[in-house]
Amino acid sequence: MTRFVLGRIGFYTLIAVLLAFFTIPLLWLVTAPFTTDPTYEVAVPDFTWDNFAAVAEHPYALPSLWNSVVLSVGTALLVVLFSALAAYALSRVRLPGRDALLYALLLLSSIITGTAAMVPLFQLAVELNLIDSQLGLILILTGGLLPAAIFMLKDFMDSTPKSYEESARVFGATPLQIVRHVVVPLVRPGLATIAVWAVANVWGNFLMPYLLLSDVEKQPAAVITYTLYTEGGQANLSMLSTFGLLYSIPVVLMYLFVSKKYGFRFHGGIKR
Amino acid sequence: MAQAISPPEAPGAPESAPGTKEPARYSSDAAGLGKARAGVFMAPALLLIAAFLVFPALWVLYLGLTNYRLTGIAAAEPQFVGLDNLLDAVANPTFWSSTWLTTQFVLGSAVIGQVGLGFTIAWLLRDRRGPLKRVVEGLVILAWILPSAIVSFLWVALLDRDGGTLNALLGIPGTAWLLDHPMLSIIVFNTWRGTAFSMMLYGAALGNVPPSHLESARLAGASGWQQLRDVVFPHIRGHILTNLLLISLWTFNDFTPFLLTAGGPDGKSEVLAVHVYKVALQGGELGYGAAVSTIILLINLVVAVFYLRLLRSKK
Repeated sequence: MTRFVLGRIGFYTLIAVLLAFFTIPLLWLVTAPFTTDPTYEVAVPDFTWDNFAAVAEHPYALPSLWNSVVLSVGTALLVVLFSALAAYALSRVRLPGRDALLYALLLLSSIITGTAAMVPLFQLAVELNLIDSQLGLILILTGGLLPAAIFMLKDFMDSTPKSYEESARVFGATPLQIVRHVVVPLVRPGLATIAVWAVANVWGNFLMPYLLLSDVEKQPAAVITYTLYTEGGQANLSMLSTFGLLYSIPVVLMYLFVSKKYGFRFHGGIKR
Repeated sequence: MAQAISPPEAPGAPESAPGTKEPARYSSDAAGLGKARAGVFMAPALLLIAAFLVFPALWVLYLGLTNYRLTGIAAAEPQFVGLDNLLDAVANPTFWSSTWLTTQFVLGSAVIGQVGLGFTIAWLLRDRRGPLKRVVEGLVILAWILPSAIVSFLWVALLDRDGGTLNALLGIPGTAWLLDHPMLSIIVFNTWRGTAFSMMLYGAALGNVPPSHLESARLAGASGWQQLRDVVFPHIRGHILTNLLLISLWTFNDFTPFLLTAGGPDGKSEVLAVHVYKVALQGGELGYGAAVSTIILLINLVVAVFYLRLLRSKK
């Protein structure tokens, strides 16, 4: 009995410590934006909206959020479109060397990271005149995400029935029509997963836009956040916290949406 | 978070899906795609992958053998210098300290921090449903999904010398955590930030341990630790290994420490990812940076091959 009680006490103590560890760093983000003159310390806010007005007036804050939308949605669209086409072909047609190709794709996606490829990607962007080009950055980010996306989608498509495609074919549909009207509706959850995954990736990405976009008007929120707190002298804490909150809300909403719709669950690693 | 979300479990294995047993008249090519059209479908993806993934990986090997620089003569016409950059790296104390710091970073925050904490949380919450589980998991996942630029600034604020929340809580103003203990700060930060992946993975893995095995161990009088050691760990060994390899790879390549300390003070938190950025893009020594990148690439390759082997053997 005592052992049980001690166990309970131990359990709740541990949970309390964990909750504190994970909550305390976040508290500032939800209090400082509503505080008139925030310091680094977490304080009870006096509920002002002035900081939001200040962010709205900042020349680069809201535009950078829009840039983040452009980059992440643009990348997600290309990733979904190109990975769906490629995964469909890989799933339905027996091509020589298909397994080797898939293996190579998976290997590539895990070994070639921003860290390993920053120098050549920077040089490539300079040579191709893609510095300060949002489209260029979108293409580069798409190239990086495609292998994993193809891999996940191929798995998904393998498990959808082929009989509908066969009957559509019997009725004379062209392959593109079959893809649009038969395959896409069937694999919609897979496409949505890939899209959300791509948006989340690009939304938080710092290194690539930091390397490749030097024009402050084209930079996404990640880079603006960094410049807001490193530009000379005192960091403007009310601006930073408020902007940070606005920048964070979309991913939180997306997470809530995904976990409600698909139940944010998975079973370890990439499955073959 | 270029690696953030792991792919979802595909429903049902390919072999068991209806319609997969191909009628003799049709090939598996149900839509009549044909090899030529399949090539067209794959072309845009393969083109982008070739241009922005395969080419850079090969090109970095070459650049590492040149004296390519950001400015000056060697910017326009880089000379082939062979293994000079590699020899420079080996002779460079910063390279070695970066390697050592990266080792600490991976062992401390990924292997001990994220795996340890992720497993602990998953184990504590294993039989629970309801609000407590949802709140704890939600907070851990929040730390993981928020943009790195934001959460790293939150930690800059938390760890500040004067007025930082941590010092206020501990009642010891005056410790500048990021300056006095940069690696410790970064390791704790990355544990905080990355634990969600391990937690979710172990949560799913523990759900697959047959309750009857645990039950019979308990009836045989096994203590909690013995149950873990003799029943749970053997059962989820594959998951542990997968998890270790993946998060080690991600942590090894993580650039986020730059956002907390920019590698400082005096290179005391300059992990390899930051080292490459500092020498190559801030210092202009692109050739040297590419040589270090080549080393990173090779280490990634070794880890990734182990990981894929593991996946294959599980199949």
